[in-house]
Amino acid sequence: MSGAWLVALVLVPAVTGGGLAIRGVARARSGAGPDRPAAPVALVAAALSVLLAAVVAAERPTLEWSFLPGGAFALGADGLSALLLPGVTAVALLVLVVAAVERTAPAARFHGLMLLFVAAVAITLTAVTLPALLLGWELMGAASWALIGFRWRDPDRTTAGLVAFVTTRTADLGLYLAAGAAAAGAASAGGAGLGLGLADLPQLPSPWREVAAVGLVVAAAGKAAQLPFSFWLSRAMLGPSPVSALLHSAAMVAMGGYLLLRAEPLLAATPAVALATAWVGALTAVGLGVVAMAQRDLKQLLAASTAAQLGFVVMAAGVGDVPGGAEHLLGHAATKALLFLVAGLWLAALGTKQLDAIAGVARWWRPVGVLFTFAALTLAGLPPLGLWVTKDHVLAAAGERSGWLYVVGLAGAVLSAGYAAVALRAAWHGPDRRPDHRPGWDSEEDGDRHVPAQATVPLAVLAVGALVPVALLVPAVSGAVDRLLGANGAVTPGAAEMAASAGLALAVFGLVLRRLPRAVPGAARWWYLERVATATVVAPVEWLATRADRLDRALDRAVVGVARTTAAVSAAASRLDVSVVDGAVRGVVGSVRAAGRAALRPQSGLVHQYLGAAAVVLAVGAVLLVVVRP
Amino acid sequence: MVSVVVFLPLLGAAVLAFTRAGPRLARGVWLAVTGLDLVLVLAMTAGYSTPPPGGLAYAEQVAWIPGAGVSYHVGVDGLSLPMLLVTDVLFVACAVWALRADDRVRRLAALFLALQTTCLGLFAAQDLILFFLFFDLSIVAMYAVIAGWGHGEQAKRSALQFFLYTFLGSLALLVGFIGLYLGSTPHTFDIPTLVARAQGGTVLAGGVVLGLILLGLAIKTPTVPFHTWLPPAHTDAPAIGSAILAGVLLKMGTYGFLRVGMPLLPDAWRSWAWVIVVVGLVSVLFGALVALAQTNVKRMIAYTSVNHMGYVVLAVGAAGLVASDTATAREVAVTGAVTQMVSHGLITGALFLLAGVLDSRSGTYEMDSFGGLAAAAPRYTALFAVGALGSLGLPALSGFIAEFQIFTGAIAATWVAALALPGILLTAALFLRAFHRVFTGPDGPATGGFTDVRGPELVAAGGLLALSIALGIVPGPLLDLIRPFAASVVAALGG
Repeated sequence: MSGAWLVALVLVPAVTGGGLAIRGVARARSGAGPDRPAAPVALVAAALSVLLAAVVAAERPTLEWSFLPGGAFALGADGLSALLLPGVTAVALLVLVVAAVERTAPAARFHGLMLLFVAAVAITLTAVTLPALLLGWELMGAASWALIGFRWRDPDRTTAGLVAFVTTRTADLGLYLAAGAAAAGAASAGGAGLGLGLADLPQLPSPWREVAAVGLVVAAAGKAAQLPFSFWLSRAMLGPSPVSALLHSAAMVAMGGYLLLRAEPLLAATPAVALATAWVGALTAVGLGVVAMAQRDLKQLLAASTAAQLGFVVMAAGVGDVPGGAEHLLGHAATKALLFLVAGLWLAALGTKQLDAIAGVARWWRPVGVLFTFAALTLAGLPPLGLWVTKDHVLAAAGERSGWLYVVGLAGAVLSAGYAAVALRAAWHGPDRRPDHRPGWDSEEDGDRHVPAQATVPLAVLAVGALVPVALLVPAVSGAVDRLLGANGAVTPGAAEMAASAGLALAVFGLVLRRLPRAVPGAARWWYLERVATATVVAPVEWLATRADRLDRALDRAVVGVARTTAAVSAAASRLDVSVVDGAVRGVVGSVRAAGRAALRPQSGLVHQYLGAAAVVLAVGAVLLVVVRP
Repeated sequence: MVSVVVFLPLLGAAVLAFTRAGPRLARGVWLAVTGLDLVLVLAMTAGYSTPPPGGLAYAEQVAWIPGAGVSYHVGVDGLSLPMLLVTDVLFVACAVWALRADDRVRRLAALFLALQTTCLGLFAAQDLILFFLFFDLSIVAMYAVIAGWGHGEQAKRSALQFFLYTFLGSLALLVGFIGLYLGSTPHTFDIPTLVARAQGGTVLAGGVVLGLILLGLAIKTPTVPFHTWLPPAHTDAPAIGSAILAGVLLKMGTYGFLRVGMPLLPDAWRSWAWVIVVVGLVSVLFGALVALAQTNVKRMIAYTSVNHMGYVVLAVGAAGLVASDTATAREVAVTGAVTQMVSHGLITGALFLLAGVLDSRSGTYEMDSFGGLAAAAPRYTALFAVGALGSLGLPALSGFIAEFQIFTGAIAATWVAALALPGILLTAALFLRAFHRVFTGPDGPATGGFTDVRGPELVAAGGLLALSIALGIVPGPLLDLIRPFAASVVAALGG
């Protein structure tokens, strides 16, 4: 019976979202004024989702419905989902509040799609089998396609949605491969079902275990915008800011990290894959950290920093530090959602998100500016704020595994101080009073020079959320979290390490605030990742497609040619028949009797010969049809 | 009961053919008869209990040409029943869609009702000659639909190409059937009898016979390289003709694989398995690649049908790669193949209906003539988006249920099947790109004055997609229907 809570957790946002989306379609042409009920309805549903998430986290229900033998659609909650579900749904609610305050329109379509996305996230977070995971996972992708391309008149924005969906689906093929590998492994191990439970994967025989692990890691890396997939996240910044605040901080991108934390036992059983995963995370933390420092657009900076921060979560999964990864995921979700929302408010006010154009903006709307500053300091990993605590947890676990991993991870941590400083510098580096106009304003959209005061409340709640991980400094709290996640003997960072990382972060933060470093060549353009993907994947496929199309037309001509030739041959034969054979017929009259006898022969009484003859006649008839054709 | 289901539409066709019903009455009769037929099939489904392996429910057998071992034998099992259901659902959808038809409606209705009987008859037939008869009659009826109600200057030519190509295929099929007849003693065309004998190892026909049957079915399915009749036929067919052609007639090919090829010639099937797998793989990838290069919406959807049917071929091929430990996986692949036949009928049927709207409103299917349709036609846009997402295999729609089973089962049987995975990526790219070209961005030359779908159009296409969503979320009942059949086919292949 407790499965009902899970049903409600999924259906409340799904049904409300679906209904609102349909309402959006129905009202699209009516030209009626603003859709007043849409946003409140969505907020009620989102609030209910938070409550239901809390109930599910407490009750730990399970739910299963029939699909495949050994691969049902099955949902359930364990410690990890109990930790993440309330957090992610709460961020979703707060983001929707801000979107409602901003009057994002058309409201029904926007809130409907966002709620459908929340339902997909709820499925993803509670999935215990591969089919259920794929259900949530790919629905998230589809919702993100629709949300990034929300302003569909602009081809740049719709293309951004397309790039996001196709890129992440490329990585998703890993999940399909993993399912196939699981079935193959279960078969060779003599299992009765397909063995598609996520908990079954670590028991797979080699090499299927490794194939499944690689498949999951690729899929997760795609969603989490890790190298080499990161470019889609840059494109996705063309979507509305509340979309970025949910999808590109707390939910979709974070779900990539979540999947790896969920799959940690599988990674533990495949050490080589786990090590490679940790390195992907570490290299993304550094590589995208450098990208973030080079950005001159606030949302691009935040996007690159999201990929870099998720790098720590991926690294955590690779080195087996589930508590550290999960805490970092949550802390980052609240922090980054706040930052994206503020970036969106500023964009709406000034019509630009270019750092040079918005310089000083934090001074003009103080409460929002202060909250932005707090979140940026958290992002920087400065003591004693949230991400400082969680990142060091991950780094300590990485250090246990490999010294080099620790060093690269530490470099990533230091870079986060750098890019946070770049953002803060721009936010405060300007006049106290807002000028009437400045070059660059209204270059991306028409700003209204107004930041709604009501937005401050949800932002403040997010700031509190960003502060929560600090509690982990209390051993009792971190011990409770470890127990919740079933992690025994998790590594905790030493005081010296924490002091060192704090010192380095502070130093770099100060240096960057003082003087903006020069961008590394290529970093401003995200290492040309999209250009490389276009040249190595998209262009060859397009070439193949045109070649295939040409081949296909040639094949069609050949088939028609064969038919024409048959018709021509039979026409010639009939001419031959008239001119030559007809003359000879007279001479053959004598043999008519013999022919008469022969004619009796097919009358054999054997049905198959009759049917064969019928086939020949039908074929001749078909040819005749061609000949007779005008 | 089965005979009533099969011949009720024909009765309706006869009534319409021999009376002078006006268009309004003709449309009413058409919808009423198809609707009643659907109700009957639903009642059959409600009363259906799984027959023993190789057995049939609702079987009816009447001697017809006893001297030649031909009988009128019909009945249903876990393969037939889903196909009867999807056939009737599609014909009802077409009848609803055609509530706005005004071009020679009485004849159109009579023709579609007759076509419905041939389709239902084929999926219920348990005798090879009966199967062949319905197979050929369906080709004739579809020829008449395309030639008579098609649009564009090429319609007659496309119809003829369709007719000749699939008709020649049916001849290969007939010769193959004769081979089966000769290979069994005493000679018979009765499918269950032949299945039982194949189990006993007393059917003597071998690889050549299967080759002929496969050729005939491959043309109908169609698989690469026998697919070139499909795109012109679809492009020039009326919307409801395309929906039936894609949704029902293409399934006759893959249905034949499962009804005739696998159970009657298990040994030959096993030795041909790799060929079938490769043909499926090529169809998946080639079909998707060519679809990617299309600029005509209907041609593009036609090529995605080649891709989607390729998954079915891949699955039935992989099912022939016999190994004792992969029996479960191969059953899943076969179940997925049947699910795909149902799902493709619903989704592609809906997409072809919707594609027809472009031509009926603007006289063209060229993507670049459109743009920004979402403003003028939001309902149309939403329906097309759902159809496109279903066709690219998004979970929560039936396409995912089918393709996930096919991939998982086939990859477990052979890793080579994993090479088909890029197929779902290509379809994702091509559908979303086409969607953006037609529905988003600035207005195109043909966008102005485009009226949104309403009434019957909304109900027909929306109903098909709603069914696809229902199957995508709760696949259990359908899969429970199919699974015993899949198990019996896989068991018949041995291993």
